[in-house]
Amino acid sequence: MHKFEKIWMSVGTGSLIIFLVILGVSAVHAGHTPAASGIETINPEYVREDTRFAEPGLHESEDEEFDYNLYFVASAFSYEPSEVEIPQGSRVKVQVATTDVVHGFQVVNTNINMMVEPGLVSTYNTNFDTVGEYLIVCNEYCGVGHTDMTSTIKVVDGGAEDNE
Amino acid sequence: MSKNIHPDHLFSLNNRVDAKDGKLVLANMIWVIFALFIGGSAGMLQTFIRAGMFELPFGIGYYQLLTLHGVILALVLTFFFIMGFQIASLSRSAGAFNDKERLLGWIGFWMMSAGTLVAAAMIATNEASVLYTFYAPLQAHAFYYIALAVIIIGTWFSVAGQLMRYFRWRKEYKGHKTPLLSFMASVNNVMWLVCTIGVSMSVIFQYIPWSLGIVETINVSLSRTLFWMFGHALVYFWLLPAYMSWYVVVPKVLGTKGFSDNLARMSFVLFLFFSIPVGIHHQLTEPGIDAFWKGLQVVLTFAVIVPSLMTAFSLFAVFETHGRKLGATGILDWFKKLPWKDARFVLPFLGMLFFIPGGIGGIINASGQMNQLVHNTIWVVGHFHITVGAPVILTYFGVMMFLLPHITGRKITKQLNNMGLYLGYTWTFGMGLMSAAMHFAGLRGAPRRSTFSEYGGADIAQEWITYQILQAVGGTFLFVAIVIAVILFIQLMTGPKTTEAEEFPVASMMDQSVPTTKWVENWRVLIIITVFLLLIAYTMPITQMFTENIPGAKGFKLW
Ligand code: HEM
Ligand SMILES: [Cu+2]
Ligand SMILES: [Cu+2]
Repeated sequence: MHKFEKIWMSVGTGSLIIFLVILGVSAVHAGHTPAASGIETINPEYVREDTRFAEPGLHESEDEEFDYNLYFVASAFSYEPSEVEIPQGSRVKVQVATTDVVHGFQVVNTNINMMVEPGLVSTYNTNFDTVGEYLIVCNEYCGVGHTDMTSTIKVVDGGAEDNE
Repeated sequence: MSKNIHPDHLFSLNNRVDAKDGKLVLANMIWVIFALFIGGSAGMLQTFIRAGMFELPFGIGYYQLLTLHGVILALVLTFFFIMGFQIASLSRSAGAFNDKERLLGWIGFWMMSAGTLVAAAMIATNEASVLYTFYAPLQAHAFYYIALAVIIIGTWFSVAGQLMRYFRWRKEYKGHKTPLLSFMASVNNVMWLVCTIGVSMSVIFQYIPWSLGIVETINVSLSRTLFWMFGHALVYFWLLPAYMSWYVVVPKVLGTKGFSDNLARMSFVLFLFFSIPVGIHHQLTEPGIDAFWKGLQVVLTFAVIVPSLMTAFSLFAVFETHGRKLGATGILDWFKKLPWKDARFVLPFLGMLFFIPGGIGGIINASGQMNQLVHNTIWVVGHFHITVGAPVILTYFGVMMFLLPHITGRKITKQLNNMGLYLGYTWTFGMGLMSAAMHFAGLRGAPRRSTFSEYGGADIAQEWITYQILQAVGGTFLFVAIVIAVILFIQLMTGPKTTEAEEFPVASMMDQSVPTTKWVENWRVLIIITVFLLLIAYTMPITQMFTENIPGAKGFKLW
């Protein structure tokens, strides 16, 4: 190998390794694993009969780790609920299920972005720290009304005292 | 005559694409030109619709148009080009096809043509507005899936003919290293055969029975996973023919030698290994797959950085050594010595430049955490337009510049060469602008695969519109470029004949006489490693999709 080639390839491969280590540490140590991973099943025809999704929206969580569970039902071409208020600073487990085709659940200006597929529940754990109105869109093509699928999350002041 | 070219005569000036093979190549290339025009026009309309500046007449839907655009450009154009160029490369570097090999090429060609026409009819009648990824459980007409299967199986026939041609050379000249271009085409072909098995199984055993109503439901996770096992390898299937041109053709256009035969072969082999076991990086944000397997495939994905760096190094090494031979001094003077007036060089070179941001974008997309931010936003669309839509396509254009006149017995005139330059610069400007706007809009959250919408008057959606308008400006330039391209290609095939045909440039390498690295041409070893990696990456995730009792999904037609 040519000398320059050696330098180039070692620097390249070296940075690649450093990069992968950062990704790995971030995933394992900081909990930044890919969204929606794992398998939690649900029958797409009976989503609304399922205890988890019977009443979509914000519910107090029984889990120590979270303040709330937030359930969304996606179907062509809407989200339920169509608007939800969340107290600032809440630790929330967001779960979404679809009654029909694949949808893409994306909360604009946040890190919440995951696919929703029939037969499976998609989960993302997050904190809502910044007050504001967040648009939810569908980012996977689901039919003619695809761009009509919207909802809003309003992160509001107060109510965050109890999560110390 | 279908004799093998003797190893000592690989660079003889008499070597050219055989006349009968040329007809087959040309047939494929005519589809390319046609697809470019149709698909590109659709693309331009999409940019206008998304900006809210245009509405489609006659009840045509945006997603119907987008399906056409995806299928015609990402599948049809690329498949026909790749088959045509690889056949030409084999005929030029290893020798003419025999009748049987060529017949396989023609069978492939006709199957691909028939599949394309049926798929187009299904799209035109609005029976298949499911996009080129055909994600279940949106359910298209069964003929759409059958047509796609026929197109893929058509490529298998063509590929079989090409592989037979390659192995015939190898058999006669045992112990010699095979002509580099023929080796590269064969790597791409073997990769293709392996990666298309899963998706064909999925179409044949999942989609077709389901769309015919023979079975009621479909396993969505499985269908998506088999799709992406093919879907990522597909991008390397597009790219490797461009690399064939970068490694072998471009140095000859400069009038110099390629960097290294061994390095080129090694990088192709690494692409063979690491193109397939990585498709889950397209599924990082979806349920049904454990985080561990997502992580593993992310790591495997990054392995392709190694051959990519090797490629970048050897290209610029050629450029610099060449420039210095012409008397360049200083650090960057050699840059000026490159043939800036030769479209055969400028077109692929512009492509290489696009590949710098394109590669960086790819690293961002594949990094699990950053993927979360850009997944399914219009950023992704920006990304693949500066990878397949620019480096790959511009290099294809550069190849067609010499291949069409080479086969039809003409030369590139000065005027046509200039047209090629205009094509390159217009395309670069249009694609640069459109893609940049897509990247920025995507970072602000704008979703892909979405027609014009104000999203209930949300403020952020207002911001997206500005970027949409920039995309429409880019789209307009691209349309101009396409018109130039179509006129140029037709003239390259129909201008006045010349006594001597345009050359098909094939460079010898600086280490031409050195034997290859040992196992690099041992196909048994190559295939075993490829399949082994595939099994490691996919056995568990796919097994889980069968064993975890995920409820199946019924079909929906929501357009
Ligand atoms: C000629 C100029 C082109 C223009 C103006 C153009 C424009 C567009 C636009 C606006 C979209 C996306 C819209 C959306 O997500 O809603 C799109 C999608 C796409 N384009 Fe292009 N494009 C061009 C060329 C190409 C080329 C050359 C290729 C590949 C060879 C290509 C492949 C694709 C693919 C695969 C998609 C995604 C389709 C999907 O999401 O189903 N485009 N293009
Ligand atoms: Cu949608
Ligand atoms: Cu990929």
